[in-house]
Amino acid sequence: MISTVLISVVRFLVGAYPRWQGCQPAATQRIYFANHTSHVDTLALFSAIPDEFRRTTRVVAARDYWCGSPVKQYVAEKGFNAVFIDRKREDKTCDPLLPLCEVLAKGESLIIFPEGTRGQDDKPGPFKGGLFHLASRFPKVELVPVYLDNLNRIMPKGTKFPVPLICTVHFGEPMQRDDDETKEQFLERARQAVEKMA
Amino acid sequence: MSADQNFQMLLSGVVGLLIVASLIGWILGKRVKTDETRSVVANLQARVNSWWLMVAFLAAAFWLGQVTTLVLFGFLSFAALREFITLTPTKPSDHTALFVAFFIIIPSQYLLIGIDWYGLFSIFIPVYAFLCLPVLTARTEVVDQFLERVAKIQWGVMIAVFCISHAPALLMLDIPGYENQNFLLLFFLLLVVQMSDVLQYVCGKLFGKTKIAPVVSPSKTVEGFVGGGLLATLLGTCMYWITPFNPWQATLISLAIVLMGFFGGLTLSAVKRSLGAKDWGVMIQGHGGVLDRMDSVCFAAPIFFHITRYFFA
Repeated sequence: MISTVLISVVRFLVGAYPRWQGCQPAATQRIYFANHTSHVDTLALFSAIPDEFRRTTRVVAARDYWCGSPVKQYVAEKGFNAVFIDRKREDKTCDPLLPLCEVLAKGESLIIFPEGTRGQDDKPGPFKGGLFHLASRFPKVELVPVYLDNLNRIMPKGTKFPVPLICTVHFGEPMQRDDDETKEQFLERARQAVEKMA
Repeated sequence: MSADQNFQMLLSGVVGLLIVASLIGWILGKRVKTDETRSVVANLQARVNSWWLMVAFLAAAFWLGQVTTLVLFGFLSFAALREFITLTPTKPSDHTALFVAFFIIIPSQYLLIGIDWYGLFSIFIPVYAFLCLPVLTARTEVVDQFLERVAKIQWGVMIAVFCISHAPALLMLDIPGYENQNFLLLFFLLLVVQMSDVLQYVCGKLFGKTKIAPVVSPSKTVEGFVGGGLLATLLGTCMYWITPFNPWQATLISLAIVLMGFFGGLTLSAVKRSLGAKDWGVMIQGHGGVLDRMDSVCFAAPIFFHITRYFFA
């Protein structure tokens, strides 16, 4: 219910029209990774995935932000199937990726923003290591680069309200991790796959 | 016959024609083989679909009243402005001005029609928005391309909000002897503009040789413009009986609508190309192009409104 409302609002304000350039929507298990410039992009990417596959797609959200208030947490859980991740880890012994691995082990798809925080620029910043670890642990999952355009204009960092511009969600060609690739090489290749569509 | 009966008859006629047009489009769509014919048929289907939408707008104006009409046109302005600004490079420091344009200027402009405040309606955007929007941007102290940015935002607001709002504003005119029939003026405007567009397109395809503006709008030809324009003027003249005009007045006014519609198509095509796009809807496969369909209405509506207001209201 709240998910339908959120998606309608997002469509009305920013369009969030999908453009499947490198792959087609499919039931294949995938990790969608995208550039991150505003809060709207989580919802925009979520809205761009067709209904039938969206049900089994979870969005990775930062626990420190989205669990900051009950309203935010409710919106995140009910609105876009959030799975929470600890950015500021107090307990160094537990694995921060554990909740994501559980989701992938169940066969569901994930949406992650590997920059970790919202950037200022149209170009994606350096990626954090999580994507690499997930790709190594689940080598069969398709890694789909996604570029969201115009979102830094819709809601620049520091502003409270979105301006309704049309956002297009570009889905690129799925990639996989090569066995002989280092973590840095892989992350840079993934970043370039997103940047290429800018 | 009363105005209501007139309108219902006209609407049934138009709906009948549109059903035929949709069927033709559907059959042609099944039969096309080459890419070139496919794009011609796609163009036809897009036009027919946008006419269905306009007929729906008119029907809503007729049965549901003025408030519904204003809300519908408000959303149309919203969609048009969104297209315009999407293709316009803006900076984060334009954010407040854009927010005001979308969420304050659009509702205010249509509210002013709703409360019948003609004086403020006609200067709200050219004077108040023109002076206040750049202030919101200047306040952020980012001067890089300042003039370009504020000019583009003002242009978007003028075209997408000010100009389009003059179509539903026809409903607020008080024309002696023409009470409660104003929606027929809206019908007349949309009919002449749209038929002029399509007849120019058809005449251009059939007889077109001499390009008018090869850079800005390669599909426009002298033959298409003259042939289609004259036919549309003739059609407008034949429809004089639904308007407060007599036949020769209807001819002159139709001619003005045709000319302004043509100028609108030409000018907005140049704007679009200077922003680096061929179609306003280029970014949004199958969903866009409000301004592609409304470009001639944008230019024709204010002129038609003011001619009618000055000479007949």
